[in-house]
Amino acid sequence: MQQLIAFIKKEIYHIARDRKTLLVLIGMPIVQIALFGFALSNEVKNTKLYVIDQNKDEMSVRFIEEVQASQYFDVVGYGEDVGDVDRILRSGVSQISLVVPPSFSSDLRHVNQANLQLITDAINPNVAATINAYITAISRDFRNTEMGDLKLPYTINVETRMMYNPQLKGEFAFVPGVIAMILMIICVLMTSVSIVKEKELGNMEMLLVSPTSPAIVIISKAIPYFVLSLLIISIILLMSTTILQVPIRGNIFLLYGVSSIFIITSLTLGLLISTLTNSQEIAMLISLMGMLLPTIMFGGFMFPIESMPKALQIMSNIIPAKWFYYAINDIMIKGLGWSSVYREVLILLGFTLLYMGISLKKYEIRLS
Amino acid sequence: MKPSEQSIVTKNLTKKYGTFTAVDAISFDVRKGEIFGFLGANGAGKTTAMRMLTGLSKPSSGEATVAGFDVYRDAENIKKHIGYMSQKFSLYQDLKVKENIAFYGGIYGLRREALQAASDQLIHRLGLQGEVKTMVKDLPLGWKQKLAFSISIIHQPSIVFLDEPTGGVDPVTRRQFWNMIYEAADRGITIFVTTHYMDEAEYCNRVAIMVDGKIEALGQPSELKVRFETDTMDDVFYQLARKAKRGD
Amino acid sequence: MISIRNINKTYGKKGDITALSNINLEVERGELYGLIGPDGAGKTTLFRILTTLILPDSGSAQVMDYDVVVQYPQIRKIVGYMPGKFSLYQDLTVQENLSFFATIFNTTIRENYHLIEDIYVQLEPFKNRRAGALSGGMKQKLALCCALIHRPEVLFLDEPTTGVDVVSRKEFWEMLKRYKEAGITIFVSTPYMDEATLCDRIALIQEGKILDIAKPKDLIEDFQPGVFAVKTAEMNRAKNELQSLDENVEAYHFGEYMHVVTENNHLTPKAISDFLDKRGHQEVIIKRTTPTVEDVFMNLMKHASTTTT
Repeated sequence: MQQLIAFIKKEIYHIARDRKTLLVLIGMPIVQIALFGFALSNEVKNTKLYVIDQNKDEMSVRFIEEVQASQYFDVVGYGEDVGDVDRILRSGVSQISLVVPPSFSSDLRHVNQANLQLITDAINPNVAATINAYITAISRDFRNTEMGDLKLPYTINVETRMMYNPQLKGEFAFVPGVIAMILMIICVLMTSVSIVKEKELGNMEMLLVSPTSPAIVIISKAIPYFVLSLLIISIILLMSTTILQVPIRGNIFLLYGVSSIFIITSLTLGLLISTLTNSQEIAMLISLMGMLLPTIMFGGFMFPIESMPKALQIMSNIIPAKWFYYAINDIMIKGLGWSSVYREVLILLGFTLLYMGISLKKYEIRLS
Repeated sequence: MKPSEQSIVTKNLTKKYGTFTAVDAISFDVRKGEIFGFLGANGAGKTTAMRMLTGLSKPSSGEATVAGFDVYRDAENIKKHIGYMSQKFSLYQDLKVKENIAFYGGIYGLRREALQAASDQLIHRLGLQGEVKTMVKDLPLGWKQKLAFSISIIHQPSIVFLDEPTGGVDPVTRRQFWNMIYEAADRGITIFVTTHYMDEAEYCNRVAIMVDGKIEALGQPSELKVRFETDTMDDVFYQLARKAKRGD
Repeated sequence: MISIRNINKTYGKKGDITALSNINLEVERGELYGLIGPDGAGKTTLFRILTTLILPDSGSAQVMDYDVVVQYPQIRKIVGYMPGKFSLYQDLTVQENLSFFATIFNTTIRENYHLIEDIYVQLEPFKNRRAGALSGGMKQKLALCCALIHRPEVLFLDEPTTGVDVVSRKEFWEMLKRYKEAGITIFVSTPYMDEATLCDRIALIQEGKILDIAKPKDLIEDFQPGVFAVKTAEMNRAKNELQSLDENVEAYHFGEYMHVVTENNHLTPKAISDFLDKRGHQEVIIKRTTPTVEDVFMNLMKHASTTTT
């Protein structure tokens, strides 16, 4: 016990004295949350919209009012000629034009299917896609109120995100993603580098020639990073609930519980990497290229896995962060409980056991 | 003696970092073709002095010329006319013998034909014909050091600075290395060497011993031994360095 | 105390690099035993085998009657080890390093303070300084403190004086003498031949082979070839000429003089003097001199290489 405390104390000194790294570790999530959050919310709020109403009847005017009323769009001008669009886009008055075709009202009434045209500066396709989604949502609501009694089955695809994000707040999707990414960096990268560093600098040589058991060396490395990870999760959650006003819908204890399991998974992964390599550079490369990159790619928070090719979808299953992302998304955003995340938790535990098993098998009680 | 025969001339050369005087008004001359030993404990100011002479660091005050160039104004010219070898920084372990030669030859500005000739001559002289395609990391330590030294003088510099060149090799290899140094000196290359081995200090024509930033003793090893009434350089050094206040 | 029998160790993918070949030696209790040889001779490999850090390919070794392969946990408790590379935590202070190593050996600084007191008083003024900011000599003292803090029965010091200045080296060997008197067995390696005479017994090692094992005094007294110190105005030329004199003559620089070592009894100072005079050498001084460990080592190396090739 005495030994363990001495080790943990030493680890805390290491972490606390490497000011720059610590600053990066704590600063990174803060900057990311702030950046993602504000960047997204600024983009979608008060987008300048130029409206070309070719229909010009009571219904189209009501629809345009509906668009204007939403906090996402500001109608900055009206026109009649589609030919104006080019000039408007170039002038910078508006990045996006909404064309309501002459047949809008009648199509909606008789065919139950109307077309709208959005002409937008497609330099940023993400923005265009987001705006498209908003207009779609607004028009769906509009039709529901207009056609309430005549409701017919319609075939518009509604994105899942909107179901659980009725205010259409984009910040929701990335908060669990940022958590997954940060945990990956701290637990996998930092742990593996810190163990390998002891090997590289020869400290391990001294530790091996002592009565210390290897388990103590490992556990003492894990504990401070575990605590640090929980601290950073708390910072992220605090920031997202206060500044970004993203509510935590599910049980907070379940959220921390699942996060703790993922932290342990990541720590064992870091340990595994450290047992397989002897240089800090290689440990860092494996952690970054082999772990962090797939986490970003397949974690599901940047690129939707559903829209990836089948092969990549299957591959994404071996990325622990994907399961963590699903679980945390269910708890935080959808407000679901244990019953809907136990599968993910079991999978994470499976990964943990696998990593631990390989590490123990590969762990050297001597110098290799 | 004519000034042109002097490779290094320093007068009250000083380097201060804030209030700390790393090198305190050192003055000495090194003749052309001389083997000059520069000794001192850790922190005595050896490295700082060597940095100023190789044009890597500007002195705070005092004068110095190296190979006829002023250390304040002509640092770039100095770098072209000197060679440098240290145990810490020398060859690229993951390049082959030939690649290392080509790389450093290129850095020292040798043209292709000159480089080819110099490279062949170097390999021949070291008897490395069979090893040109060997990775440097696979060579024995003694060969690495000999190769590093040969490369540091591949551009025929007028002075070569050797920073702790012979650490850790066996006595036979160490002597082979010193034979190379003697041969270079015979060809007129001035040798400026720092070493931990006091018996090596005796191979030098003259030595300077630095203590706390000052040169406390300067002269031929035999003179110094007489002056300090002892028969080993080890003891001369010990008598001087023991009085050091600085360091730790 | 320490006994090594027929230890072999090779490296490389095909095991084609021999680090140690058929090493045999015995270290007595309370002995200050030196392993003398250049870099790459296999000193560190042997130390790592004895401190249970690596396994030998064949052969066996015991430290305090514990087998290095099977009983490694027992050995790890009773030895103090100072690796060749500075292996303390550079970002921890002197005090923190020392108390950390005390704790992992289940002891405290206070418990064994008497053992390290002499060194520790020198470190005390810097006890809040980070180890990375210490000078070479101070680092070495701290490392020795950390290796001693649990009162080990055997101390393994792998090149403790490499890269350390003469003054610190002298002090270090004086400390070793005191620990030896306190009853600790010390196994120390060094590339400096002049440190050999400070040991009770030495093993000379080169290219993974033990060249000789002896007391330094005996090694020198039993050295058969004649050794002469020679000095002339033109040292380099004289050396080259003497070298070519005879197959059995070796001439090499040795400090201010050169040493001429010969197994030929006919080569008297008079004969050398005549030889040099004939070649026009001035200011010739020739005297018979006592060989040093370095002379012995070089002679052994020469014979080892002629027998293998």
